[in-house]
Amino acid sequence: MPAVLIEDVHKSYGKLEVLKGVSLSVETGQVVALIGRSGSGKSTMLRCINGLEAFQSGRIEVAGHVVDQDPKRLRALRKDVGIVFQSYNLFPHLTVGQNIMLSPRITKNVPQAEALALAKDVLAQVGLSDKFDSYPDNLSGGQQQRVAIARSLAMQPKVMLFDEVTSALDPELTGEVLLVMEKLAKGGMTMILVTHEMNFARNVANTTVFMHQGKIWEQGPSRELFAAPQTPELQGFVKAGAQG
Amino acid sequence: MPIQFQFEPIFAESDRIVDGVLLTLGLSFGAIVLGLVLAILLVAAKSLLGRWVGLLVDAYVELMRNTPFLVQLFMLFFGLPLLGIRLPGTEAALLAMTLNLSAYATEIIRAGVDSIHRSQLEAGLSLAMTRRQVFQHVVLMPALARVWPALSSQFVLMLLASSICSFIAVPELSGTAAIIEQNTFRSFETYIVVTLIYLVLALTLKVALDRLGRAIFPRISSVDRLDAKAEAA
Repeated sequence: MPAVLIEDVHKSYGKLEVLKGVSLSVETGQVVALIGRSGSGKSTMLRCINGLEAFQSGRIEVAGHVVDQDPKRLRALRKDVGIVFQSYNLFPHLTVGQNIMLSPRITKNVPQAEALALAKDVLAQVGLSDKFDSYPDNLSGGQQQRVAIARSLAMQPKVMLFDEVTSALDPELTGEVLLVMEKLAKGGMTMILVTHEMNFARNVANTTVFMHQGKIWEQGPSRELFAAPQTPELQGFVKAGAQG
Repeated sequence: MPIQFQFEPIFAESDRIVDGVLLTLGLSFGAIVLGLVLAILLVAAKSLLGRWVGLLVDAYVELMRNTPFLVQLFMLFFGLPLLGIRLPGTEAALLAMTLNLSAYATEIIRAGVDSIHRSQLEAGLSLAMTRRQVFQHVVLMPALARVWPALSSQFVLMLLASSICSFIAVPELSGTAAIIEQNTFRSFETYIVVTLIYLVLALTLKVALDRLGRAIFPRISSVDRLDAKAEAA
């Protein structure tokens, strides 16, 4: 059974239809990159997967959970599906360690000692062991984003979603975050990422999905897709990316 | 004829003045702690318990903020006995001050909660927290940190408004002043002393609250800096 199964999902904001029947299947351990222009629906699609956005019709199943808006079922789902945001969204009043330990402590009743060990472990994975007692505002953007990834990992998710996680970063800080994500991918994490980093999509994602006007316009193995885009829209998009 | 000040009769009543100051401080401290706790509970109820509870909280807040404190005090002191609840003056005063302060504090804290960026709530929910957990662990402290200066001035206002409790013969500082005035016939001197005491109390409370705020919320500024960064992104 695929880790993520999306079937004919439609979503509108009032009269504006932003997802016009999206279907996608992601196998366990696969990395899928969602690319496309602003407003193509890729971020909305991603946020539907963990229930941050409700959708009107269609069906999404992720890590064995069916996505609906029932709070209890959503919480069970979110224990298995992590998300990392463009703006990091660390809790500013808590230290790095507290940011990471908070949810395991209060949503999974992980004992303090175990939560502490878990936090140290995930911080080591993102290369920030020395920042345990720092506050978010004393970290660079890249470091904050790595902490946000660690905070998600501490929930021991089966699927990770990444919503333009490097878009708010200076170019020289982008690399350190992408490196952490590449390591995760190699470790077998199932990942769906919305990204503008075409090189990362080409080199790390197994599959790249090009979204256009609320639909999946074209998809395929990343290298093939970038080497030989079929539709004029993706050809234009890839070309514009290469120039920009 | 030059004014002849005579402070000796006032100072002769210093024991009484000290008692009055202590009662003013006790009432104010009690109302601040209880009013703050009640306000946090009201904001939590409004945020978490749905539309009807929210409307009830709004009604309470508007009732308390749009009627005079003196009238509220009289309602409790003279009205409750009609319902069979007889409160001594000091308790009635503490209750009235707590209720009054809680309404203003509710409005202030609600503004703080509203100012917390939606992305913080999404981060909490995405980590499988319940809405109550998000409120308690993610929203509350940054919200309080942001509005602490506004809350502090409301607390100082309450300290000053406690003088109104002298109307129901509570012997706090202003009530004491009225007694001393009757005993000494030195009205002007009495209120010069009382004015200075209120001034010192209010300024001391303000400084103490500033320090307390810096101790409880060491990241006050960082909350806003992080948000500014997020907006810029």
